[in-house]
This record gives sequence, C-alpha cells and structure tokens, in this order.
Amino acid sequence: MTPIRISTSPLREGRWYEYVIRFALGGTATVFTGLVSSRYGASMGGLFLALPAIFCASATLIEKHEIRRKREAALAGESRGRYAAALDAAGAHWERRDCWLLPSFFGRWSKKACQLPSWRHRSSGWLFRCRPGLCAESGVPPGWRETLAAALQSHAAYNSRAGPQRPPRHPIGPPANPVGCY
Amino acid sequence: MTEYVVRFLVGGIVVSAFAILGDVLRPKSFAGLFGAAPSVALATLGIAVYRHGAGYAATQGFAMMAGAIALGVYSVVVCHLIVHARLRAAPATLLSLVIWLIVAFALWGLAGGRV
Repeated sequence: MTPIRISTSPLREGRWYEYVIRFALGGTATVFTGLVSSRYGASMGGLFLALPAIFCASATLIEKHEIRRKREAALAGESRGRYAAALDAAGAHWERRDCWLLPSFFGRWSKKACQLPSWRHRSSGWLFRCRPGLCAESGVPPGWRETLAAALQSHAAYNSRAGPQRPPRHPIGPPANPVGCY
Repeated sequence: MTEYVVRFLVGGIVVSAFAILGDVLRPKSFAGLFGAAPSVALATLGIAVYRHGAGYAATQGFAMMAGAIALGVYSVVVCHLIVHARLRAAPATLLSLVIWLIVAFALWGLAGGRV
C-alpha cells in the first residue's frame, strides 16, 4: 500500500492562470447556488451544492499537467493525461482501498490503470491495489498490452534522455510483488 | 450585492484551498477525493447558517444528499467516457453534467422535493 505523502512540485508546475480559473469557478459556483436558493428555495439550492463544476476544472488541469510533463520529454502523453484524469474521477467517487471492492463493470479499467508504471508503485497502491489473482490478464480489454508497452517505452525514454539527468520519477523494474498486483 | 461578493470570495478561497490540497497530496487517486470535497457547500452552508439559521441550512443539506449521490454516478460516467470512449477530460466532464442533472433531479423528485 502506498503511503500518503505531500509533494509541492505540482505547485511549481502550475500556471498562475490555473489558480485564477479555480478561484473564479469556485466563486461563481457559490454565487450560482446562492442565486438558485434565493430564486427557487433552499431545497433546490441545496441540490446544486453538489454540482461538479469544480471537478470539471480539476480533471482538465490534471490532464493538462500530465500531458505537459510528457511533452517536456518529447512524448505525446495524451494517454497518460487521460488516465490521470480518470484516476482523479475514480478518487472522487470511490473511497475504497482495494480494487476488489469495485464493481465488475468498473474493474476492467482500474486493473489497466494499476498496471501503468507511473502508478504501479505509488498512486495505484492506495486506490487500485489488487488482491492477488485479481490482476489477471483475463478480462482486460484488447489494446491494454500496447498501452502498457507504450507507457513502459515512454518511461524508459524519459529516464534515459540526454542532458542533465533527473532522478527517475517513477521507479521501474521487476515488480516487488511476484503476483503482479499492487 | 455585498452578500454575493462575500459568497464569491469565500467560495473562491475554499475551492482553491481544496484544489491545492488535491494537488500536493499523493497518490493521485487519494488526491482525487478532494475533487469531490464539499468546498462550495462549506462556503454556502456557512453563509446560510449565518443569514437564515440552522433550519435553512438543514434543508439545503438534505437536498444536497441527492446531489452527492448524483456526483458519484457522474464520476463513474466520467471514468467510462475517458477510458472506454477515449474522450478528453474536458468534453467527458462537461457531457457527464447531463447525467448529473438527470440523476440529481430524479432523486430530488423521488424524495418529494418541491420548488
């Protein structure tokens, strides 16, 4: 299981206008619920307290950050960005620790996500940690091998690029768990 | 007018604080929990208690439960659209708002909500 930790690097990677967008969206959503409450009553206003207006911005920004990070390494990064946004959406919904708790229709992609190297040893451990045997290849949609292979290649390319070497952001190598589940 | 300015500022600050919390915390899947943090509710309910009293805030909180369930359904739909339909985050989250509206209003209607 991956321990929860704090990393300030995303704050440095963020652009100033992203914080302005979040602030403006938050303020607008709060004003909007106030207007709905005063116009249609407290009950209707309460319904809009859970409007996922902020979530739209958060998921989009997370995707952008991942894509930007990959582009810095001269890689496309679209897939990584999408999966990061999907993980964010999953985290927003599932307050679960193990992917065996996820329903079967939701489990396929969670297995796929937990096999991506970036989250293999870190993020996936918390939400998508699979029980031994549940990360079997059966049931994973076609194309996941290509996705995983591309992710591994891009990871290796990033870590071995020329110039001043950064420490590897995502450790890669033989899995510590022989079952292959994290 | 002053009330709405205060709402805007408080809402912006609370939402930004939760967003920063979501940014700095790792793993990402854990940080995603803060995407669904009741940041707008925190600001709005605080103002509601101050201006209208606890009863008003309780009514809002009750209706919010329907919205929160709809938010759960919304998150699942977003995941599916991103992973299976291969949509980008922005169109996926915006399209899913329709689902949120349908589920939220259906639950609200079932619970006997009235305008």
